[in-house]
Order: sequence, then C-alpha cells, then structure tokens
Amino acid sequence: MIAAKDVGKRFGDAADGVTAIANISMNIAEGEFVSLLGPSGCGKSTFLRCLAGLEQTTGGTLLVDGKPIEGPPERLGMAFQRDALLDWMNVLDNVLLPADFSGGRRREFEPRARELLKMAGLSGFVQAYPRTLSGGMRQRVAMCRSLLLEPRLLLMDEPFGALDALTRDQLNVDLHRLWTQLRMTVVFVTHSISEAIFLSSRIVVFSPRPGTVIEDIQVELPDERRLAVRETEPFGRYSRHVRGLFENMGLLHD
Amino acid sequence: MTEASRGYAVALRRKALPFAGAAGFLLLWELFCRIYQVRPVLLPPPSLIFGELAQSPLWFAQQTAYTVGITLAGFMVAAILGVLFAVVVTEWKVLDRLLFPLFVALNSVPKVAIAPLCIIWFGTGAEPKIAIAFLIAVFAVVIDTILGLRSVPPDILDLAHTLRGSRWKVLTRIKLFCALPHLFAGLKVAMSLALVGAIVGEFVSSQRGLGYVILSAQGMFDTPRVFAAIAILAVLGVVLIELLDFVERLALPWQHITGRATH
Repeated sequence: MIAAKDVGKRFGDAADGVTAIANISMNIAEGEFVSLLGPSGCGKSTFLRCLAGLEQTTGGTLLVDGKPIEGPPERLGMAFQRDALLDWMNVLDNVLLPADFSGGRRREFEPRARELLKMAGLSGFVQAYPRTLSGGMRQRVAMCRSLLLEPRLLLMDEPFGALDALTRDQLNVDLHRLWTQLRMTVVFVTHSISEAIFLSSRIVVFSPRPGTVIEDIQVELPDERRLAVRETEPFGRYSRHVRGLFENMGLLHD
Repeated sequence: MTEASRGYAVALRRKALPFAGAAGFLLLWELFCRIYQVRPVLLPPPSLIFGELAQSPLWFAQQTAYTVGITLAGFMVAAILGVLFAVVVTEWKVLDRLLFPLFVALNSVPKVAIAPLCIIWFGTGAEPKIAIAFLIAVFAVVIDTILGLRSVPPDILDLAHTLRGSRWKVLTRIKLFCALPHLFAGLKVAMSLALVGAIVGEFVSSQRGLGYVILSAQGMFDTPRVFAAIAILAVLGVVLIELLDFVERLALPWQHITGRATH
C-alpha cells in the first residue's frame, strides 16, 4: 500500500537548513500495523506527516497505492498527540466532523458515530463538551473521529503520549482490539518500546536526526494481546533487542 | 447558618461589592465638597448632581437614548465591517499586503480631526455621528479578530487539511470559533470607543444627545448638569460592557462549563 524509496526531507535551504529524514525506504502492506519507533526529534513524525500529505518530501519517491502523494490520501484517518478536538462542538459533532468536511450528510453518519462512541464507552457523553472530559476520554473521542469514515489508512502521531500510564495501557488494549477487528493499515509513531511491541505487527526503528531506518522487525506475538503478554519471554526478547539498538546508538546508558 | 444560605450570602456579597466601591467613592466625594465648601460651579457634590437628574429625568432619558442609539449603530457597523475585513485579510494574503498597511495608516489619522469632514459629507443628522463612532471603534475589532483567526492551533489546521475540508468549512467550522474569544475582547474595547465616538460626534454638531448636553451646559457654567451627563455616561459604559459579557456567555457556552468527568 505504501512504498517509500530513499525518502528525504529537508527544512529550509541548503545552507542553513535541517535534514529531518534521509534515505528512508520501506514498504507497508495493506492491513499491517507498523510502529515507527525512535528517539525524540528523529524525524518519525516528519515521515508520518509526509505520508499524510501535510509535508512535501524533498528527495526519493513516496507512493500510496502506486501514486505519488500530492495532498492527503483518500480514506485517511489521522490522530494527533494533542487530541485536536474542537472545544466548541460537543462530542457527537466532533466525531461527525469528517462527514461534514467531506460533504457527507450528517444524518447518514450519525448512527455510526453513536456506535463508535458506544464501543469507546462514551455513550453517556454524546452531548458533552470536550472540555469536561478527561485526557483519556478526549483521546477516545479523537479515535472515534478518525474511524468515522472507515479509513483504509490510519496515521497516529504519538496519540497516547500525553496520557498517564494506566490510561495509556487501556487505550493500547482497545486500539489493538479495534485493529484486529477492522484490519486497516496503521502507521503509529511512538517512542515507547513496550507500546510499539504490544501494538505492532512490525516495528521500524529510526536513528537520531537525520532519521533513517536502523532495523525493521517483524513482531510475532499472539493475535489476541492482553497486557500480560508484556511479561512473557518473547516480549522480553523483542524488548531487549530494541533496547540494545538504542544502546548501540548511544541513546541509553545503564 | 446553613451551607446553602452561606453560599447565597457569598454570592450576594460578590455582587454587592462593586456597588459598595462606588458608594464609598460618592460618600468621600460628598464629604470632601461639604467639608471644604467647594463651590458647585467647580465641583458639585453628588447630592446636587442627583438632584439635577431628578429634576428632569425624562429629558435626560431622551438625550441618553439618542446617544445610546448612535453608539450602538456605530458599534454594529464597526463589528460587522471589522469582522468582514479581518476575514478577507486573513483569507487572502495578497489583500493582506495590499490593504492592511493602508488600513493602519488611515487609522493613525486622529479621528477627532476627521469629525468636521464627516459633517461636510453626511450633514448634521445622526449619520456623521454614527460614522465617527464607527471610525473610532473599528480598529479594535479588526486587530483582535485577525489575532483570533490566526490563533487556530496547528494540530487542528492539520486535521482540517487531512479531512480535505473546503476553505469555507475551515472558516465557518473552525477559524471563526477560534476567533470568538478574541473577537469579544475586541468588541468590548470597540463598545467603549463607540461611546467616545458618539460623544465626539455630538460635540462637533448636535442639538441632541449627552455630548450636546455637556457642551451646552458648559457654555452656561451649569457644572452640575455637565456632571449629571458624565455620570450617565459612566453608568452607560458599565451597562454596555456588562451587556456584551452577557452575550458572550450565551455565544460561548463551552467556555463557561465547569466540572470534569472522570473515566
């Protein structure tokens, strides 16, 4: 579905610009859950923004469905670190925003919006304003919004980065279950090793800036993941391996 | 005292506090005038000013209504045209470059200096006064609305972009709402300025309104009457701003919600 070859992105001009990412090559097949894992500022978010059509690449080729990206691809869902909810709309209207923006009729999508909110355990908050919700609930609303139009490609930029550890664990479980049901392609940016292993079918590890791919790891864990999977031996092996990569890059010391 | 009645007392005290401040100020003023026997033509005591108001309340009410009409008309025109101009300037970069410096330059001209011109252009009716009130008030609306329209968080603009929303939808669903708190800050300044503009307009040429009252009473050294008009203006300013506060609370319900659900 996604084909990247030697993708690079430079901000600013040649003299005093910054190279955010360089020589990134990877293919992502339909239905994969790929985590981009790396230290802060390594360009993984930049690569995601290139995929979303929010930034233009400055080198290499980046194709979605065989076509170069010229703006946001169709049937794209996106989740941001800060949930980007609109304070002036209630929860239901926030979830219905993609339908409104794509010119669809609100009434057509309202049953689906309510169903998504029910799945997220937010049935009681349909009329609430985002300001009255906790951080975890807000992020759930944002996820419902990104799922409204049944995206084929879901891009998530550290969506749980600002949440407390417990809420984050719960949302990880929920997201993974959702993905096993819907099987859309997900590209998920994170700097948490355990989050990446828990969620992904594949992890792409980035080096510090200029970001490039260090290693591409297939994650073979049981499809139904419970939080306890993190205490199992295979999970530990993946975790040690990725930590080893970070240690080799000089990013972690004991 | 029960919990409820204590809460009621606290709320009452909070509401009463501004009035207590004003009453204390008036009391000190009255005492100052009486103790030092200040001549009323220089500084009349509040009792004399209230007496002046009580003598012809209907006449004062008519003059006030005229000034309020001018103020609100000038304010409304400033609000509508100001928001439109801000939208045009923020939506089209070319127009921003083309028009904004000109707008700033025109605004730098003292409006009081333009007032006589307005008489030449619009005659001596209500129109020139509305025009002056508008000219003085519009700058605050434009500046604050532009600030508000540009205050949309980058995340939300990215979201709108990935949803492939039209510019019209981005403007009407996102930017204008983001601008509302700033807009109301600008409107409050504009309201006070429109009142100033109305008075300036009445100073220049008028047979009616509080500005006319001040000017004509001053000509006859009727200082209590001047102060009576000034007192009305002070109260009027507070009332108009409170009115806007009220409208703001109605227009931005999401800003005034307290309490947070936990989950």
